[in-house]
Amino acid sequence: MPKKDNLELPRIVKILDIVEENPDVKTIFFEDDFEAYPGQFVMVWIPSVDEVPMSVSYLGEKKGITVKNVGKATSSLCKLKPGDKIGIRGPHGTFFEATGDSLLVVAGGIGIAPLAPLMENAHNIGKQITLAFGAKSKSELLFINRLKGCSRELNISTDDGSLGFHGFVSDLVEDILKKQSFDEILCCGPEIMIKKIADLAKLNGIPLQASLERYMKCGVGICDSCAIDGFHVCIDGPVFSGKILSELADFGRFRRDACGRRVEL
Amino acid sequence: MPISDCDKMVDIATTLPGLKLKNPTILAAGILGETGASLENVAKAGAGAVVTKSIGIEPREGHGNPTFVETEHGIINAMGLPNPGIDNYKDEVESIIGTNIPVIGSIFGADAQEFEILAVEMEKFGVSALELNLSCPHAKGYGAILGHDKEKVLEITKVVKGAVKVPVYVKLSPNVSNIAEIACAVEDAEGDGIVAINTISAMAIDIDMALPILSNAIGGLSGPGIKPIGLRCIYEIKAETELPVIGVGGILSGNDAIEYIMAGASAVQIGSGVYYKGIGIFSKVCQQIQEFMDAHSYKTIKEMVGIAQKG
Ligand SMILES: Cc1cc2nc3c(=O)[nH]c(=O)nc-3n(C[C@H](O)[C@H](O)[C@H](O)COP(=O)(O)OP(=O)(O)OC[C@H]3O[C@@H](n4cnc5c(N)ncnc54)[C@H](O)[C@@H]3O)c2cc1C
Ligand SMILES: Cc1cc2nc3c(=O)[nH]c(=O)nc-3n(C[C@H](O)[C@H](O)[C@H](O)COP(=O)(O)O)c2cc1C
Repeated sequence: MPKKDNLELPRIVKILDIVEENPDVKTIFFEDDFEAYPGQFVMVWIPSVDEVPMSVSYLGEKKGITVKNVGKATSSLCKLKPGDKIGIRGPHGTFFEATGDSLLVVAGGIGIAPLAPLMENAHNIGKQITLAFGAKSKSELLFINRLKGCSRELNISTDDGSLGFHGFVSDLVEDILKKQSFDEILCCGPEIMIKKIADLAKLNGIPLQASLERYMKCGVGICDSCAIDGFHVCIDGPVFSGKILSELADFGRFRRDACGRRVEL
Repeated sequence: MPISDCDKMVDIATTLPGLKLKNPTILAAGILGETGASLENVAKAGAGAVVTKSIGIEPREGHGNPTFVETEHGIINAMGLPNPGIDNYKDEVESIIGTNIPVIGSIFGADAQEFEILAVEMEKFGVSALELNLSCPHAKGYGAILGHDKEKVLEITKVVKGAVKVPVYVKLSPNVSNIAEIACAVEDAEGDGIVAINTISAMAIDIDMALPILSNAIGGLSGPGIKPIGLRCIYEIKAETELPVIGVGGILSGNDAIEYIMAGASAVQIGSGVYYKGIGIFSKVCQQIQEFMDAHSYKTIKEMVGIAQKG
């Protein structure tokens, strides 16, 4: 990876506003002048707490990250107030590229964060977008108005049946693919879900791009923490083509913990 | 100008105790070495050998993030020796052993007994040599805290030497007042060679937050800024000992590698260079070394080793 022009150290930014998307998820807006593409992520420094990878969920002049509270770092992020400061390093990694005309976007839960800006950009240049958005329950959905504005068809699934299709989003996608075909599928969510979508994409002969998560430390491809079969999610990903994913033995099966141990997903 | 026959005879192979290297570039410990597949990639990219991540007895998460920050002339890391532990590491290292290049097993322990256990295990995995990490500057109770004490260096090296057949290299810290003295302790313990240098104890402060950036506050500086210090260390070690030395610190080009070789290194390691130049750095550095040797009529690496030493 050839070195970039600017130094890899956190830029301190001020939080402008915070939007509560649902009981567990907040979007944090800040001003920063980097240029990012949908699917890229930043390393977010919460001083004295942690530095964690977050997809850029708003790419305009006002940048945004959309954070689901799952642990120490994310709960600290969710407690921040406008005017507080965080550090931003990046953007890093590969991104989604909508090359075909008809797109099937598949998101699981917070996996919508990198896909929403992709949908907006693609919609603005006239792409036809069908969205399949799955969550455990109705209360875990987010961005619904934003997504309505840029999709031709918005399909929702919930594991508990509280809204839309009752079941997993992968089952919903299987149904959709029986009726329609697409030029490509773009996907982000829990890896087990991505694996199912990758299998469906392969079965139907549709090219896939999907974004993976691994434990990140350096974020620049040298510490080997986010390694998956010789690829590094921080620089070779997070967005991988279906073709590469099909060559990764660990995909859908194993991840690495913070020690580098190979553990089941 | 026609290429003369001599030019074609340039040979960049090099040998060290227990190591026959097709070229003098080696992947440094802790860069891309946590997983077997990444080590394989570095081998395919043209490195003459690879060093594993430093491995300890138990799985270890290392320090919390931020663990990495860049400065004007280098990078500072405080990974804190994360590693899956020696038992889990077996699967990683076994996939590359017996392929085309030597694998050097880096280990770290809290005392001679831990080093002994780790050395024996690594040897069983089939590594070609061991590298004792007595030099990590940011992991409490490990690394440099031992490597700063020449008695400890002597003891640990002796114990490991007595426990294994493969050659034992000791990786030294530059954060000492007299590095040659520590190298002499390795020689007294009949260690097979020295690797120098590990990172230089360092920090970066964010003035907006008024806080150190790294979670551990202190980390280790590597990259271009430390090359002059690494060179000086090799030069001082070579002046005092007969041990073969592997030079490491800030190597980004063939010329950097040749500086190290002329200071006394028989081979070099590249770590941060992977960040600055990508994994292609190994073949690039080899090509540049070859070009330099061609242009200056050197035929072997050996001819250049230590020729800058005065007296
Ligand atoms: C490329 C990428 C983009 C991401 N984008 C988003 C996003 O837009 N929104 C969002 O809410 N989350 C996102 N995540 C996940 C987010 O980074 C983790 O949820 C967060 O790091 C959890 O930290 P914690 O301390 O709150 O939780 P913990 O209790 O520490 O851990 C909860 C889970 O998060 C994982 N985790 C912890 N630290 C890291 C780390 N440094 N790197 C990767 N995983 C970690 C743990 O392995 C565990 O599975 C992304 C992850 C990656 C790799
Ligand atoms: C991210 C990172 C991790 C490292 N981990 C280790 C390690 O586990 N064991 C070790 O002996 N040295 C470790 N080092 C030190 C390097 O092996 C090397 O000695 C040092 O970085 C100087 O060389 P360089 O300038 O080419 O990087 C690490 C360095 C970096 C940058």
